[in-house]
Amino acid sequence: MKRTPKWAFFIVAILILVFGYTAVFGVYTTYGDRTDTVIRSVSEIRWGIDIRGGVDVTFGPKDEAVPVDAADLEGVKSIIEQRLVSRNITDYEAYTDAAEQRVIVRFPFASTTETPEEAVKEIGKTAMLEFHYGNETDSEGKPTGKLVLTGNDVESASPDYVPTDEAGTKYEYVVELKLKESGKKAFSDATAELAGKGKISIWLDGEMRSDPDVREHISNGIATISGGFETYEDAKYLADVITAGSLPFEIEAKSLGSISPTMGTGALKAMAIAAVIALIAVCLMMIVTYRLPGLVAAIALLGQMAASVAAITGYFGVFDSFTLTLPGIAGLILSIGIGVDCNVITAEAVREELRAGKTIDGAIRSGSKNSFWAIFDGNITVLIVAVVLMGVFGASDSLFGLLFSWLPMSTTGTVYSFGYTLMVGVVTNFIFGIWASRLMLRSVSRLKLFRKPWFYGGDRA
Amino acid sequence: MKKFDFVGHLKLFVIISLAIILLGATVNVIFGTDMDVAFKGGTLIRYSYETAPDINQVTTIATETLGKDASVAFDRVNSTDVVTVTLPGETTNDSKTAFADRLEKDLAANKLVQFSTNTLSASMGLKFLLRCLIALAVAAGLLLVYVGFRFRKIGGMSAGVAALIALAHDLIIVYFTFVIFRIDLNENFVAVMLTILGYSLNDTIVIFDRIRTNRRRMNAPLSDVVNLAVQQTMRRTIITSVTTGLAITAVLVVALVMNVDSIISFALPMLFGALSGCYSSLVLSPAIWCRWKMRKEAQNA
Repeated sequence: MKRTPKWAFFIVAILILVFGYTAVFGVYTTYGDRTDTVIRSVSEIRWGIDIRGGVDVTFGPKDEAVPVDAADLEGVKSIIEQRLVSRNITDYEAYTDAAEQRVIVRFPFASTTETPEEAVKEIGKTAMLEFHYGNETDSEGKPTGKLVLTGNDVESASPDYVPTDEAGTKYEYVVELKLKESGKKAFSDATAELAGKGKISIWLDGEMRSDPDVREHISNGIATISGGFETYEDAKYLADVITAGSLPFEIEAKSLGSISPTMGTGALKAMAIAAVIALIAVCLMMIVTYRLPGLVAAIALLGQMAASVAAITGYFGVFDSFTLTLPGIAGLILSIGIGVDCNVITAEAVREELRAGKTIDGAIRSGSKNSFWAIFDGNITVLIVAVVLMGVFGASDSLFGLLFSWLPMSTTGTVYSFGYTLMVGVVTNFIFGIWASRLMLRSVSRLKLFRKPWFYGGDRA
Repeated sequence: MKKFDFVGHLKLFVIISLAIILLGATVNVIFGTDMDVAFKGGTLIRYSYETAPDINQVTTIATETLGKDASVAFDRVNSTDVVTVTLPGETTNDSKTAFADRLEKDLAANKLVQFSTNTLSASMGLKFLLRCLIALAVAAGLLLVYVGFRFRKIGGMSAGVAALIALAHDLIIVYFTFVIFRIDLNENFVAVMLTILGYSLNDTIVIFDRIRTNRRRMNAPLSDVVNLAVQQTMRRTIITSVTTGLAITAVLVVALVMNVDSIISFALPMLFGALSGCYSSLVLSPAIWCRWKMRKEAQNA
């Protein structure tokens, strides 16, 4: 086996420290009075409603005179839940009040680009999608052309980035709709009739979104909505809303307010202090118990924490922050535990081999080898739990959610948040706890200074 | 190191575990379980005020007139400062009136006016429970298959079942920690249960891995193989548990010092769960697996 170079330890350790520093403090560029986020810091985490409080909104039917049955109210609740999850808000509370015909939703709010009122309006959108022949309207601004299809004919919607001219020099964001059989037929008929001579107008909640010319007959069941999407997020959001479906009736916000954290105001500060103390205690414990492998474990653990934090903040400025809730923090604690355990198992194995009379290099090699499968199996079982939780409690259009889409609708964001941090924890554990940690140990053991078995838990000899 | 016969003492440990479970069950039957509004729905009443009332006073009045724990918080709704009282469970109109009267009498100076009232459905009601059960069933099934496959050399299914017994044990202990310390079941409960699920499995698997290795290397009676495996992994199990226990204790101490109830009610059951996970994977699951195998071998012989 090729020997690991001595400098590998320093390179990996420095990379981990740099990574840890940037993940916690972020990187910003300042140009004049404008500050851009290159790397997000911990302070930009979107905290869950249990930790930082948020918005409390009560939705009711716009037309109070029409009675609403409980099933429709539940329908409104679950569509609102899906919309929140698709905006990366996984932590919310949603209740229905059947007697008063209300849906009460509380969700965390920490955005600088929109006001709570705007956010609530977006979330409470009916999202009624309609395609009509032509773009003529009557005196009230309603479409007069025949109805082609509605949101119910849409199978799924996804954002896309397409060229706007033949040469392909200009691009724009669009939402691509995949139509169900019913919609496919209607759309095919309409485009056959209008090709080259007419328009189809696309309406969302009674407002015309766009009215493209029909250039050719479209029979593949793919329709696009273009125009008005400034960013990928805009297009993705509309696509998610269309996929989630339209509300069974029109709703409006009856009251809107802010609420204090359900955990109490001191919770975040307490958690932060506790996290720092706990991390220091764990690192000290590892170093005292295992000496050199303990030090390596502490560095690897920092890397693992940094990676988990990065996966929550999004790390790069362009990614959204994940909502961190109390169960999410529980997932982090569990992944620290798994990370520690992985290093403990390796260090124990190395120590055992040394005491059995092996050389330092031999002990590290066979200790690492012997302990690998125990760590692997432990991690995979935890990963199974994380993936099942994300699937069962996530939005039905998420990666794992599709596997469980046959279940009655119910998303529970707090549990999803736990599954997410846990999954990230296991993946980062493979990178840092196993790969980086072992690389560092092999490398540092070649330094002359550390050629004594005592550093690895052997007897002082 | 002194040799301890883990397999031989299984009965003792089972009795200890059963005693703890019995204690929990007794407390549960006598005092019941406190469920949070998230699980069983409740009533939400908001009052606007002229001067902010003392939260503790409102909580006390709620406990005295309604006989249940209310959560009280300051919020802001439609630009009005309000105090929100959330009452878990069903509240009769009579007791609501009694509560309102007491508030009016005791907190006259604050000029409380009822702002709004809502009856809440359980946000984590039956559907949530159904999802939890499905998640548990799917996860248990997959784990059985995985453990069964990975540990097929030592009779996979039996190892999987022994691991699941230890898991069930730990989850029951966590549940009773909530019951015995009278902590409301809410999102914290779900979080702690999930965490212990992960810990417990990981602990058990490390020991089974050792049994697998020892079986390959040793030619000795099964109980000796298992006892040795437990002894060999004991240092690791204890050090890992102490380290994670240390981290959780740090959280608990900070929460106690700063008096953040919600974190205490999270860290305390977690600590007990981690202890239970360490205990069950050392003395329960390996010995249960060993006894099972020995009985099977005796039958086949």
